[in-house]
Amino acid sequence: MTSTETPAPEARRRGAGAEPVLVVRGLEKYFPIKGGGLLRRTVGHIKAVDGIDLDLFPGETLGLVGESGCGKSTTGRAILNLQPATAGSVKYNGRELTGLNRSQMRPLRREIQIVFQDPYASLNPRLPVLDIVGEPLIIHKVVPKAQLRDRVNELLKIVGLNPEHNNRYPHEFSGGQRQRIGIARALALEPKVLILDEPVSALDVSIQAGVVNLLEDLRDRLGLSYLFIAHDLSVVRHTSDRVAVMYLGKIVEIADTDDLFDRPAHPYTQALLSAIPIPDPQRERARRRILLTGDVPSPANPPSGCRFRTRCFKFANQLDDDQREKCVNSDPPLIDRGNGHPSACHYAEAMTLL
Amino acid sequence: MSTLIDTTAEDARSSTDAVLSVDDLNVRFPTEDGVVHAVRGVSFDLRPGEVLGIVGESGSGKSVTSLAIMGLLPGSAQLTGSVKFRGRELLGLNDRQMSVVRGKSVAMVFQDPMTSLDPVYKIGVQIAETVRQHDKNLSRQAAKARAVDLLKLVGIPNAADRVDSYPHEFSGGMRQRVVIAIAIANQPEVIIADEPTTALDVTVQAQVLEVLKTAQDETGAATVLITHDLGVVAGMVDRVLVMYAGRAVEKGTVEDVFYRARMPYSIGLLGSMPRIDAGERQRLTPIKGSPPSLINPPPGCPFGPRCPLHYAQCDVAEPDLRQVDGAGHVAACIRVDEIVQTDADADDIFSKDSSDATLAAAAEIGERAEDAVHIEPGALHDPTVAPPIGGATRSDEAAARRDPEERA
Repeated sequence: MTSTETPAPEARRRGAGAEPVLVVRGLEKYFPIKGGGLLRRTVGHIKAVDGIDLDLFPGETLGLVGESGCGKSTTGRAILNLQPATAGSVKYNGRELTGLNRSQMRPLRREIQIVFQDPYASLNPRLPVLDIVGEPLIIHKVVPKAQLRDRVNELLKIVGLNPEHNNRYPHEFSGGQRQRIGIARALALEPKVLILDEPVSALDVSIQAGVVNLLEDLRDRLGLSYLFIAHDLSVVRHTSDRVAVMYLGKIVEIADTDDLFDRPAHPYTQALLSAIPIPDPQRERARRRILLTGDVPSPANPPSGCRFRTRCFKFANQLDDDQREKCVNSDPPLIDRGNGHPSACHYAEAMTLL
Repeated sequence: MSTLIDTTAEDARSSTDAVLSVDDLNVRFPTEDGVVHAVRGVSFDLRPGEVLGIVGESGSGKSVTSLAIMGLLPGSAQLTGSVKFRGRELLGLNDRQMSVVRGKSVAMVFQDPMTSLDPVYKIGVQIAETVRQHDKNLSRQAAKARAVDLLKLVGIPNAADRVDSYPHEFSGGMRQRVVIAIAIANQPEVIIADEPTTALDVTVQAQVLEVLKTAQDETGAATVLITHDLGVVAGMVDRVLVMYAGRAVEKGTVEDVFYRARMPYSIGLLGSMPRIDAGERQRLTPIKGSPPSLINPPPGCPFGPRCPLHYAQCDVAEPDLRQVDGAGHVAACIRVDEIVQTDADADDIFSKDSSDATLAAAAEIGERAEDAVHIEPGALHDPTVAPPIGGATRSDEAAARRDPEERA
């Protein structure tokens, strides 16, 4: 889908033209809902991820955004096979990852790593930093024991930590420093692809900026590709080359970053962008805000047709009954409807909001 | 919004007009490691109908300030200073006396709607309880009718039915609406909203902020909005108080603080915000290091260790809030006059390159790694001489030196 589109002006996008390193097709992840009876039969499914396609190109950052419960984290985990996908395919450099068992997956884990959201929960509190960052090196036997310490120190330096502190425990570090430890651990095996699952959401803004810059430097220096999962669109605007917006387990819009922010075509993207406050009193007060009604429906029983229609301002206010019928009956495919990028809305129309 | 308050008259008016006056509030918590001085001399006046935003990062003392005002801190907390509601001292009141004030005069909206409602009581009962607490003569039916009205006001559909729901039947945004309904149930004169939307998704946040505005319009209450989100502040408040390490470091109208910030921390905070309206993709400007421990803080400016403008004089004494620009705009920095003169912004003061490895590490840990690849720009200068602001030469030099290594 992206390989055919015209290159962005100034060809700013990294990885354009190359073969994607990661190809996701029709990825689904359903979680069974068990009944309360003795047999605990499956009575339904939470469709956390319901058929998504993604390409990740070498050296690029692909932002995956959406609100809580939209399935963005589950997507990341299903790609890594941390939670086996229900259906669909994930190919890393042409090699199928779904269906691989733990031992088959292990050599591939050197290539694809993950940084978790909460640096307070993702580091073992009983291990010093040396062991935390060194563990993947030992498991994969990539560095002789004698050189382990040197390699760890080098990694700590790369992420902006003092190597002298390699014998300290996680609680002795601040949130920003812990997240750097998590990044050092993910980088230990020199992966090609990093899945960043809300890497800066738990951090204060002034600290967050440092980690965001670090991630950008590392990507450029080490030639990494990022799948950057986040709920904060302003961070994504700063970090990503392309952005995919998720709603209830599906991608509703995907575009080059500037294109998405300047010309959002899907009503959900438009509402999302207009809801994000801008730290500028005059602009913020002069803005037109699209207020959505209600909350995200349950992914166990999503609405028929377009999943967004229950909250859609366009559906509620602008469409006539005939037009609405299409929304109710048919699920809009993710295709370009003349807006320059694909969006999953029958009546997609680019809008300027910022 | 009353953003065009005649600030010249502020000092004269404030003490008489203010609905809520906080003066030199100090909160200390004794802990095993020593006394944590969480709030250190915070003062502000809240005028009727005004929205005051308190911003700062985690641990800056914003929430403790609000809990101190409400008398909700644990018994071990040591409070000094004064909190006056319409001239009446609130500090030192016992729980019984405070419970007349809470909800009626000063109401609170808490951060987490998942925990601030009682899970075993129906929504309607919880609202009615608040109403009847302050109006004992009101019948149960009348209180319930009032609960339905309040739920309608905060935008809960089918309020008459939903009044009999339990909190778990509501989503996060709906629960926060209920919490707001409870807060305005008794037409308070002051609402303190402590991170009211932090736990919510952005689209729901936008809805809840609208409700909060409706609630203000309906009650005419003055509001203290505590948040770390500068975007929310930009849209909602009239005046801003920036907190750092338990102190107010800058105060002014929302325009003062957003367009003419004068304390390096406020400047840095604004510069480090990623913005969705940023056209070209720009590098963020981080503030190196992290906030200091509030146990036995060293003398001098608490922001000093993270501040690029820091020099020896900064460590002598903690700077007071000084008048800058117009009346009512104050900032706690001894170099504030220079900042005003140069009209420095985040790019002038903070280096964009400071994500870089060793430099950041050395700064964060408070020591300089011996094998540091990069030299900290400030190190070029005699520490007793104030480094120049706008340091074009300084950062350019440093950048030039760093460049070859970075590209390698």
